Amino acid sequence: MRQIRKGVLIAVGLAMTAAVTTACGGSDNAATPAAAGPGEKVELTVATFNQFGYEDLYPEYEALHPNIKITPRKTGDSGQYHQELITKIAAGSGLADIQALEEGHLSDIMDKSSKFNDLSKIGPADANADRWLPWKYDAGKDKNGRLIGYGTDMGPLAMCYRTDLLAAANIPTDAASLSAMFATWDSYFAAGEQYVSKSGGKAWFDSAAQNFNAMVNQLPVGYLDTSDKLTIESNPGIKSAWDKVTNAVAKGESAKLTAFTPESTAGFKASAFATKVCPSWMLGTVKEAAGPENAGKWAVTAAFPGGGGNWGGSYLTVPTQSKHPKEAAELAAWLTAPEQQLKAFKAQGPFPSQVKALASPELQSETNDYFGGVHAGQLFAEQAKKVNKPQYKGPGDGQIQQNVAGPALKSVEQGTSAADAWNQFVAGAKKITK
Amino acid sequence: MTTIEKIAPESAAGRPGKSARPALRDRLSRWDVKYSPYLYVAPFFIVFAIVGMFPLLYTAYVSLFHWKIGDDDPSFIGLDNYTALFADDQFWNSVLNTLSIFVLSSGPQIVIAVLLAAMLNMRLRGRTGWRVGILLPYAASLVALSIIFSNLFGPQFGLINNVLEGLGLDRVDWQAGRLPSHFAIALMVNWRWTGYNALIVLAAMQAIPKELQEAAIVDGAGAIRRFVSVTLPLLRPTLIFVVITSTIGGLQIFTEPKLFDAQPGSNNGGSTNQFQTVTLYLYQSAFENFNLGYASAIAWVLFLLIIVIALVNFLVTRRLAQTSGGKKWL
Repeated sequence: MRQIRKGVLIAVGLAMTAAVTTACGGSDNAATPAAAGPGEKVELTVATFNQFGYEDLYPEYEALHPNIKITPRKTGDSGQYHQELITKIAAGSGLADIQALEEGHLSDIMDKSSKFNDLSKIGPADANADRWLPWKYDAGKDKNGRLIGYGTDMGPLAMCYRTDLLAAANIPTDAASLSAMFATWDSYFAAGEQYVSKSGGKAWFDSAAQNFNAMVNQLPVGYLDTSDKLTIESNPGIKSAWDKVTNAVAKGESAKLTAFTPESTAGFKASAFATKVCPSWMLGTVKEAAGPENAGKWAVTAAFPGGGGNWGGSYLTVPTQSKHPKEAAELAAWLTAPEQQLKAFKAQGPFPSQVKALASPELQSETNDYFGGVHAGQLFAEQAKKVNKPQYKGPGDGQIQQNVAGPALKSVEQGTSAADAWNQFVAGAKKITK
Repeated sequence: MTTIEKIAPESAAGRPGKSARPALRDRLSRWDVKYSPYLYVAPFFIVFAIVGMFPLLYTAYVSLFHWKIGDDDPSFIGLDNYTALFADDQFWNSVLNTLSIFVLSSGPQIVIAVLLAAMLNMRLRGRTGWRVGILLPYAASLVALSIIFSNLFGPQFGLINNVLEGLGLDRVDWQAGRLPSHFAIALMVNWRWTGYNALIVLAAMQAIPKELQEAAIVDGAGAIRRFVSVTLPLLRPTLIFVVITSTIGGLQIFTEPKLFDAQPGSNNGGSTNQFQTVTLYLYQSAFENFNLGYASAIAWVLFLLIIVIALVNFLVTRRLAQTSGGKKWL
């Protein structure tokens, strides 16, 4: 027994020696960048997901700032990216100097906003409220008014529709008829009922959840109020949106295709539905899914039920983990300036949220051939101005939308009664906010 | 190891000048004999302690807290996570789903594996080719397989429903219902694992002495009789191994149900959790709802569940082994 203990002691001793050695090595390395003075090389990491269109901008910034070296960290999977982001916030290390953040995940981050720098304090003076559309700028602030993100792009909502399918069902598509048809959600679903009967039972929209999300986003109060209380049961707007959507499903208006699945791509090809809620970035998705055989059949209109709305878009944040918050904030401010966002727009298509970029002739003159040569830039810039003040998104808001409301509506499409699905929706939301 | 331990004290005692301080060399070599074996096995135990034991115990610790990811000071709540879990319908639903998918997959899988092995054991042209062939699904990427299968089972535009319709049968919404979705997921599992199990059974079949088969032929037994009365009883230990490994795999099934309904929110396992397994629910609790305490409680209950089922398997094994020993084939 004594001998065994000796052995353990030796092992522990060895391990400690190793630990001390590595610890020394670690602090040596850490000391170098922290002490970086003016003129010394500063390395900034920028973590983004999907396509931000920044690839060509990094070398440009490095040329302007010879002491800065930018290391991009790109990933394709947005869900995975945000999961990792939250894990790394919890771990207290591993985040990049600039972390991109998608609007739908803002609600999960905002209750951890103390882990991010207040950009209104450390950022350059020209990156202020005047740069962005007011709702975009305000949504980047936490409850205490700290600005945790500079807006990059956005996804103002419009309505996409199939001209040929509507014509085949004898539904007029001139501007006046469209704006009457898409004036409110009631008129939209009523038109859908008409379409179903005139087209011999074809579906009006792709999936219930897509409409429901847009409807809830237009409400003054969302799933949670500003004191982070769940409002679902007390908020008449949510119940009314639910009833309208599930009623439309019951009338056969839904093609029952969950967005972004192979089934929904097949549905685009098979012309399974006639209208679709379309944020600016959806035009590319539609083109890719519907394919060249449907070119010119899709159109997009500025008439959108219930006014405007926004779906998607991102922010650049500077976590407090960053060793060079000031330099990082400067880079983030530069990337989100109108000039740079316009370049990103031309490179990869993210729709800019900066006032000057929206007014620029390059954006205003942008057309989309797949959608019959429509002036898409101009149309979506107008749509963006229709967005009201941002709805407060409490912690868990994104989860409720994606993992509770979506599946509950899907179950209605699969045959569950609207009342049962509502109970599932309420119970699921309570579980998430518990 | 035991031999070394025995030798060590003897050699020490047999040394002359025992009372004097042993020379450093002697002491070193004695330490070498005594401690080296521990050193040799240490890497496994050290790695196991870090990646196996520590997470296991730490999970138990975390499960006693209301611990949301990123919480600075999680609050201790004792066994509340467990009481909540045992009252959680969604958890029992996921247990039921797991068991149902497990039965639907492992049952047919083992029967088919034995039949496949019996066929491969016959004189076939290009035997090696066939044997490698049935292992191919196992070699293919699980994720790719799951994506392909969920496309095939697509309710509106899937190939399987088109074929069913072509045959004049009704379309099935493979994702909506509980049984259809379990069936589809079990099929993915079977596709991947049947060949693997067949090869294990085949190896056991080839180890059966020829004399036994020949004796049975002399006694006038036909092919089926020989399979049932000679081959199957002698396969018993192998079958038990196969059953146990597929139990462990089956209770942890994750990728197939996650990718079956590949969409945002796929951790739900269907719109009404109709195919959410325990592991999927665990993953959802931890990395989607960020409720680490609750997820840890699920992990522990799943761990205990697997131990219980493994124990049942063990008892059944012993029972079967005894009866087969009692029959005394030889």
